[in-house]
Amino acid sequence: MGNRNNPAEDIQAIRKLMEESSRFLSLSGLSGVIAGLSAIAGAILVYFWIPGTGSIHLEDYFTGQAVSRNLTIRWQLLAVAAVVLLVALSCAFFLSAGRTKKAGKSFWSPASRRMVINLFIPLIAGGLFVIALLMQYFVSLIVPALLIFYGLALVNAGKFTLGEIFYLGILQIITGLLAVFVPGYDLVFWVAGFGVLHIVYGLLMYRKYEA
Amino acid sequence: MKDIIANISKVFENRVRLGIMSVLMVNESYDFNSLKETLDVTDGNLASHLKALEEKGMITVNKQFIDRKPNTSYSVTDKGIIEFRQHLKALEDLIREQ
Repeated sequence: MGNRNNPAEDIQAIRKLMEESSRFLSLSGLSGVIAGLSAIAGAILVYFWIPGTGSIHLEDYFTGQAVSRNLTIRWQLLAVAAVVLLVALSCAFFLSAGRTKKAGKSFWSPASRRMVINLFIPLIAGGLFVIALLMQYFVSLIVPALLIFYGLALVNAGKFTLGEIFYLGILQIITGLLAVFVPGYDLVFWVAGFGVLHIVYGLLMYRKYEA
Repeated sequence: MKDIIANISKVFENRVRLGIMSVLMVNESYDFNSLKETLDVTDGNLASHLKALEEKGMITVNKQFIDRKPNTSYSVTDKGIIEFRQHLKALEDLIREQ
């Protein structure tokens, strides 16, 4: 390489370096599957435990509750969502860090830093927005807002990691928008977006890059 | 054929320099240690090629302190972008000729 006689190898090396230095490519597919499973576990928990009656219509359920009971439920819902997020994020972190380590690289590279920053700006904005919605009783908008902001975060981060993440983001945004247009099925859309899409995508990524 | 060879820049005719330019073309800036890891080269080797590219006006050096530790990062100059593109095009033309 670097030899005038072999320009094809030079070009190939240049392309590879451009890709590797600007994108975080060690994102773990398995962590997507785990994120999806924990989202579904969270939904099952909410379905059976919190509303008690086993309802997917969170909005109807909330309006039928006394205010004091309402407040506890809201914090319980928030706690479940926070635990799901924590499980999903820590799995993504540890499994991806494991992959970079195996490849002999460090997890904190300029590319991974940029991916994380671009992911977290819409994600944190969305998180705060949803807490505000919860405090002001806009229950029906919570799941759609979570999906839409998360989708936007993925679209944003997609430029700095595997290109497929961009399309996962688009699908999450569509799921979130559907959830606004078809109200009352929050848990169903939560399972479809955070659960099923994650699992399908995680498996596809795992087969394509890791298996 | 002669024109193509003329466009192949001597400055970039080295694996490490080619690597440095490739990374800087797609990143606003890149720090020394990350470059070292990405290109898998030694400190001295990288430093000497960075110096050469800087002297030719292809890249700029930005020295600053992060947590009181020196941190040197590099960016490509406008001249560097133009000349590297020319070099790439010449490489592609060469492939087509072959």
